[in-house]
Amino acid sequence: MGCNKKALVALIGSVLMVGATQVNAEPTATMLANTCAGCHGTEGKSVGPASPNLAGISKAYFIDSMNGFKNDERPGTIMNRIAKGYSEAQIDAMAAYFAGLPVYKAEVPHDAAKAKMGAEVYDKSCAKCHDENGALPDDDAGILAGQWLPFLEYSMADFQGGHREMPKKMKKQVEKLSDDEIAAVLNYFASQK
Amino acid sequence: MANFTRRKFIQVAGGAAAISTLGFPAIVGAAGGKKVVVVGGGVGGATAAKYIRMADSSIDVTLIEPNTEYYTCFMSNEVLSGHRKMESIKVTYDGLKGHGVNVVHDTVTDIDAAGKKVMTAGGQTFEFDRCVVAPGISFQDNIEGYDAAAMEKMPHAWKAGEQTVLLRKQLEAMPDGGVVAIAAPPNPFRCPPGPYERACQIGMYLQAHKPKSKLIIMDAKDKFSKMGLFKQAFERYYKGTIEWVGASDGGKVTRVDAATNTLYVGDTAHKVDVANVIPAQKAAAIAEKAGLTNDAGWCPIDGRSFESSMQPGVHVIGDASVASPLPKSGYAANSEAKVCAAAIVELLNGREPGDPALVNTCYSVVGPNDAISVAMVYDLQDGKLGKVSGSGGLTPSDSSPEMRSREVQYAYSWFENIKNDSWG
Repeated sequence: MGCNKKALVALIGSVLMVGATQVNAEPTATMLANTCAGCHGTEGKSVGPASPNLAGISKAYFIDSMNGFKNDERPGTIMNRIAKGYSEAQIDAMAAYFAGLPVYKAEVPHDAAKAKMGAEVYDKSCAKCHDENGALPDDDAGILAGQWLPFLEYSMADFQGGHREMPKKMKKQVEKLSDDEIAAVLNYFASQK
Repeated sequence: MANFTRRKFIQVAGGAAAISTLGFPAIVGAAGGKKVVVVGGGVGGATAAKYIRMADSSIDVTLIEPNTEYYTCFMSNEVLSGHRKMESIKVTYDGLKGHGVNVVHDTVTDIDAAGKKVMTAGGQTFEFDRCVVAPGISFQDNIEGYDAAAMEKMPHAWKAGEQTVLLRKQLEAMPDGGVVAIAAPPNPFRCPPGPYERACQIGMYLQAHKPKSKLIIMDAKDKFSKMGLFKQAFERYYKGTIEWVGASDGGKVTRVDAATNTLYVGDTAHKVDVANVIPAQKAAAIAEKAGLTNDAGWCPIDGRSFESSMQPGVHVIGDASVASPLPKSGYAANSEAKVCAAAIVELLNGREPGDPALVNTCYSVVGPNDAISVAMVYDLQDGKLGKVSGSGGLTPSDSSPEMRSREVQYAYSWFENIKNDSWG
C-alpha cells in the first residue's frame, strides 16, 4: 500500500475528470418530490378529485407503495410506469421528504349520512390498526383520513378483487362487512378533517 | 453574431429611455438584491415564479404576462365537446401574488440578455439577474392562405381562449350531416396527442347531437402520439364518424380558402362545414426577437438549468424550449419550470445547480368513461436530458374498462392539481 506514483496520478486524473463533467450527483429529495406535485399537489397536498395526498405519509408506507407499483404487485394506472423510473435511493429520499411534511387532510366531497354510519363501522372493524380515524402515519397503513373518495374506493376494490394483497387481519374484517358498510366507512375516512 | 447590432441598439435605446423618463420609476427594482424576471404566465412561467419564491423568498420575482386571466390548453378539448365550461379552464394570477410574486400585466417587447433588462409595451424596463422566458408558441406559415383573417374563420384553437369559444360556436351552428376537418400539424408542436383527443371530444359531441356528421383528421404526418390507442378509440367509439388521413394518403393540408371553408391538399379541394386548422409551430415571437431561437425556430437549452445555449443568464422553459425527449406538454412545462427554478436559486446563491429530475404525464379523454395516458421519467444523462430506461410508457391497449374509467378520474385529478401547482 505504498504511495505508488502511477496510481496517484491516475487517481488525481479520475478526480479531475469527475469534477469536470459533474457525473451523477443525485437530484435532491425536494427536486425528486417536486416531480410528483403535478398529480399529487404542491407538497403532496392533492386538490383532487382522485389522487391521494402524499403529505405526511410514513416513510415505510411510501416505500412499500412505490415498490409495489414498481414490481407490478400493486395495481395502478400510470404509477406502475412512473415508479420504475426511480432507484431505491431516490424512492428513499422522496419517502423522507413526504414523511417530513405535516399530514394533510383534504376537504373531500362525501355523503354525510354514510360517513355517520361509517363511524360505527370504523370503531368496530378498522380502529385497531388504522389509528386516529385513519390519520396516524406511524401505523404504516397509509393515511386514510381526508383522502379523496375515488382513491379510497379504488384501493378497496383492488383489495376485494384480489389484485392487491390484504394483511390477514384486514382481510378477516373486510370479509365480514357488507357493501354498504364498506361504502360508509370509506365516506367516514374521506370526511375526516 | 447576428444579434450584436440589435443588442447594441437596445442598449442605446434603453439608455435613452431611462434618461428621458428621469424622475419616474422606469427602471424597476434597480437597487441590489437578487432579481428574476419571468416572461410569460402560462404553466411554465407561473410554476417557475412560484417555485423560486417557495425555495428562496429573498429573491425578488416579477412575472410579466399581458392577460389578467389565462385559459389552459389542457382540457380545452372538453369545452369543444360541451363536457366542460370555459370557466373551469380559467386561472388567474392571485395565487402567485400570494407567494409574493410581483405580477405585471404588460407585453414584453424585448429582452436584452447582455444588458439584463426586459422591456415592455407599457414602457417599463425591468432589470434582472436571471430571466425566465416561457412564451409558448407562435405559428409558422406552412399553410398558404392561413393568415390572421383566416384564423377567425378557421380557428386553430391551439391557444385556449377566444379561439376555443369560436370553434365551439361553429360546431354548435353546424347542421347535422356536416363535415368537420381537423388539420393536424407537423412535428414538433404543442401537445402531441392534442389533435387526436380533440377529434374524440368532438366525436362525442357529434354522436350525441349531430349523428349524421363526420370528422376528418387531415394530418401532416404519418404517425402520431399514442397512435395505437387513439386508433383503437376511433374504432371503438367513432366508427363511421371519425376518419384519419395521414400525409402519405393525402392528408397534408397545403393551402386554405377561408371564404369557402376549403382545405387543399395540393390541387385536391376539401370543402367542409367547420375547419379547425392547426398550423406548424415555433417558439413565440419574443423568443426569436431576444435571440433565443435556433434555425428551426425553437430555443436550445442546457438540460441542467434550462439556461439558453444562446443567451447566458436567460432560461427558456415550456413549449418554446428544445427539451427533447420531453414533449411539449403542460406537465413537461411544469416539471421543467421546477428544475429551472431550483437551478436559478442555486446560481443566485453562488452555488452550482444540482442534477435535475423530471416527469411527464399526459392524459387524453377519448370516450365516455375512457381515458388513456402516457408517462415518462427523465434525468440528465451525459449532460443531456434523457428518458430513464425502464420507466414510463402508454396505457396498455388491453387495459380494462375499470382502469380506463380510473384514468378519467386521474385525468381530472391531474388537471386540478397541475392548475393549483402552477398558479395556486
